[in-house]
Amino acid sequence: MNVKTKEYLPGQHPDLPPPPGTFGIIGWLKSNLFSSISNSILTILSVYLMYLLIDGAINWFILDAVYDANDKPSCRKLGDGACWAVITRRVDQFIYGFYPHAERWRVDITFLMLFLAAAPLLYPEIIFRKYLLWFSGLYPFLAFILIKGGFFELELIDTNLFGGAMLTLIIGVTSIACSLPLGIILALGRQSNLKLVKILSVCFIEFMRGVPLITLLFVASTMLNYFLPPGTNFNLLVRVIIMMTFFSAAYIAEVIRGGIQAIPKGQYEAADAIGLTYWQTTRFITLPQALKISIPGIVNTFIGLYKDTTLVVIIGLLDPLGIGRAALADTKWNGLSTETYLFVALIFFISCFAMSRYSLWLEKKLSTDHK
Amino acid sequence: MVKKKQEKVIKINEMHKWFGTFHVLKNINLEVSQGERIVICGPSGSGKSTLIRCINRLEAHQKGDIFVNGIELSGDLKNLEAIRSDVGMVFQSFNLFPHLTVLENCTLAPIWVRKMPKKDADTLAMEYLTRVKIPEQAEKFPGQLSGGQQQRVAIARALCMKPQIMLFDEPTSALDPEMIKEVLDTMIELANTGMTMLVVTHEMGFANKVADRVIFMDEGEIIEQNTPKLFFTKPKNKRTKLFLSQILNH
Repeated sequence: MNVKTKEYLPGQHPDLPPPPGTFGIIGWLKSNLFSSISNSILTILSVYLMYLLIDGAINWFILDAVYDANDKPSCRKLGDGACWAVITRRVDQFIYGFYPHAERWRVDITFLMLFLAAAPLLYPEIIFRKYLLWFSGLYPFLAFILIKGGFFELELIDTNLFGGAMLTLIIGVTSIACSLPLGIILALGRQSNLKLVKILSVCFIEFMRGVPLITLLFVASTMLNYFLPPGTNFNLLVRVIIMMTFFSAAYIAEVIRGGIQAIPKGQYEAADAIGLTYWQTTRFITLPQALKISIPGIVNTFIGLYKDTTLVVIIGLLDPLGIGRAALADTKWNGLSTETYLFVALIFFISCFAMSRYSLWLEKKLSTDHK
Repeated sequence: MVKKKQEKVIKINEMHKWFGTFHVLKNINLEVSQGERIVICGPSGSGKSTLIRCINRLEAHQKGDIFVNGIELSGDLKNLEAIRSDVGMVFQSFNLFPHLTVLENCTLAPIWVRKMPKKDADTLAMEYLTRVKIPEQAEKFPGQLSGGQQQRVAIARALCMKPQIMLFDEPTSALDPEMIKEVLDTMIELANTGMTMLVVTHEMGFANKVADRVIFMDEGEIIEQNTPKLFFTKPKNKRTKLFLSQILNH
């Protein structure tokens, strides 16, 4: 192309706008969707396929769905879409398990307080953070007192009655909250110069990573009593939480170790040179950087842990998946597995998607690179 | 602290160091007076960086002794951190903490090692950031600064500990030519305040202008040392002559 551009004296060239159609919405469409004839055809085809899918999905999920009915046959008479009655009739079980109706306000309050307790930890810019952190520290005890009861006139509730999303949250949140600090300690232990600490950390990590979680849960449900002093008989739920915590702490430790090893040697030299002690270096230099690098891996492990809580079904705890299976076993609702499992999937998806988004937000917030 | 002008702040006697079986420093003898400015030069791999890294024990020596401010550096030293905080160090690759702002980089050690209140540490850091001429960058992160600016922050960070000795490990080697000058100017200003300085560098102009003594090292030994004037005009050793001809004639 011999388009003659205007000539300027050296050093006098002004900043010109880019040629039309290479920037803005039109530029984006051109380069991303319609960059060539075949790509344009593919774009149009994809849009059509998406339309077919979404149209069908909306009909099945929402427009043709039945939201209340007495059993499956009457459901099918009322509409061609999904039969959500299997869920709506048991929604309280999906949330609370078999927690007594009259006491469910305790679960609700605990759940709402969880947000208040988590806020200062997840979102450091929050107002009154100092005071809220005290609340975060108290929260585990408050939650225990409220949910389990047995104090202050609160009726004692057997943990066998815990179930549904509440059980998932209890196991998931407790294990996540405990496994991060434990994982950090194990990661530091594995990097330690103290040989014994190092060996112990390595053994713990390798053992926990080397066995399937399900075997640990069986150990928790049956064998732990043999290893503990006779007479100690603590709760199955507590044992499950301990095993879950240990299991994910081992993974977290390895993720964080990767982060620690990614820190350039110069950082430690600089910290040494200004006179920081090992613990000061760990607190101000190593961990902030290692944890930042490890965020995707840590959240990945947490999401995995959260979903692995469904394995407790096998040792007889009724999490949402267990409740769903119980619902399907009911002759009235026999065969509605699609609806049931989709709903269980949704319960987990909400939490896991939230974790995933939070980690992206955190990564962006902590990024100090020149962009 | 009142010190006599000629007091020796660093004494190194017959010091040897090995990396594994590789004999990297051989029989080093060096005394540095209070306020003295020393430039150490030599070909790469000659042990000059290792030598100054031994002075704040980033590297441990295996034989001989090193005294810094009258305290011997050895393996069973209880308060190594205390000695290190009196010896400032500036690295070739800056080694700023990327997750902390410029100001936080400077105040971290004063607050946690010197136990200074945060407000005082902030004031102190701003004072030194002003001295290295970048007070306006205090709230930025290191990754947002140019190399020269980062190195000046690193100098300010070291100075915030009010060290008695400053070690510079090739402070300008990772910089673009334009930025070398701003860092050297900062170092010259520091030299004019009477700071004891040991500088590993290939900037012979700086050596000529600032140094009280130039030390030439090769293969782990101190080959020759002299005032810059004599060192550059009348080098005695063959290897020194060769080195000088290589770096000056191009």
